This record gives sequence, C-alpha cells and structure tokens, in this order.
Amino acid sequence: MTRLELIHELQARRAELGFRDAARLVDHCFAALAEALAAGERIELRGFGSFGVRHHEARTGRNPRTGAAIAVAAKGVPYFRAAKQLRAEVNRAAQTAPARAIG
Amino acid sequence: MTKADLVARVRERLEEGSQAEVGAAVEAVLAIIRDCLVRGEGVKIAGFGSFIVNRKAARRGRNPQTGEAITIAPRAVLSFRPSEALRARVAAGSQIR
Repeated sequence: MTRLELIHELQARRAELGFRDAARLVDHCFAALAEALAAGERIELRGFGSFGVRHHEARTGRNPRTGAAIAVAAKGVPYFRAAKQLRAEVNRAAQTAPARAIG
Repeated sequence: MTKADLVARVRERLEEGSQAEVGAAVEAVLAIIRDCLVRGEGVKIAGFGSFIVNRKAARRGRNPQTGEAITIAPRAVLSFRPSEALRARVAAGSQIR
C-alpha cells in the first residue's frame, strides 16, 4: 500500500472527507510524526506501536574497499516497534494464509 | 508523544477540524495500516518510511538448555525501514542536542 492508496482507503472509511481533506490529513499525520522524531521525541501509539530514536556514538569506520579510516559522526537513527498485539496478529494471519508477494 | 498529542499536533497543522473529527481520522489511518500489515502487505509512505512484513521460513532449532532438536514454525515479523529523508532529519536533529 502506498500513500495514495492509504488516502483513498481513508476516504472510503471516513465518507465525510473529500480527497483534499484526506490527503492533508495523511500528510500532516506523517509530518507530525517525522517532526517529533527529528526532535528526538519518543512516540507511543497504543495498539499500533512506538517510534523512537536510537543514539549511535561517533566511531571510526573503514572504507571496506580501500581500508582507509573515516570518522563517522554521532547520529540518531529512527526505529519502530510494533505493539505486541499487532505483532501477534500479523504472525497469526501469516500462519493461516498461504505465502504471497509482499508489497 | 501519545495518540492524543498526535491528534492535537495534526489539528494545529491542519488549522481546522474538531478534536473528534481529527481523532477519528488519525485512528482510521492507523487502523488502515494495521489491517494492511495483517493481510501480509507492506505499507510504503514516501518521505517517511516503509512498514514491511517479513516471512521467516520454518527452520530446525535446538533447545539450548537440553540440546533437543525442535522445529521452529514459520512466522511473520514486522519491520520498519525509515526513508532516507527521515534518517537524514533524525540524524541531523540528534547532532544539535
């Protein structure tokens, strides 16, 4: 499912929303999540999962091709952990449904 | 940030919509993503990232305590791959702190 399909599905479920409203809603939703993560904030969405930022210390890396040492700056890396119930549901559904292409 | 905070921030950004309306719409967005993942389909949001369902095949494992051979059932696990844009923003944000 892509952003556009998500917008269409939102319109299907919330009949009062026009395309423009649904699109703005989806975009602002992800923009708000991204902004919080950029600020290093942790996000907990009950029943869905949580997002957060893992901090990686500065380290000396190596160019695997030349072996030259390069300084890698400290950085934050975003992560998502699905809610326990969602993980269980995804797993349960996969047991019963035959394997199919993953979108 | 909780779901209520997310709804409040989306409302601020939209500059319209009641708390009930925006709350129901945000909840619907999350439900749509959940339903899609439960169907085994991934969700890809440009500029944010992809939620991916990875299928793991059955494999032979061993109980580390008893050394007994067991079959580990096939399973599906969820993963999230942040987009390059989100990675860059989060990496930059953490340097300022």
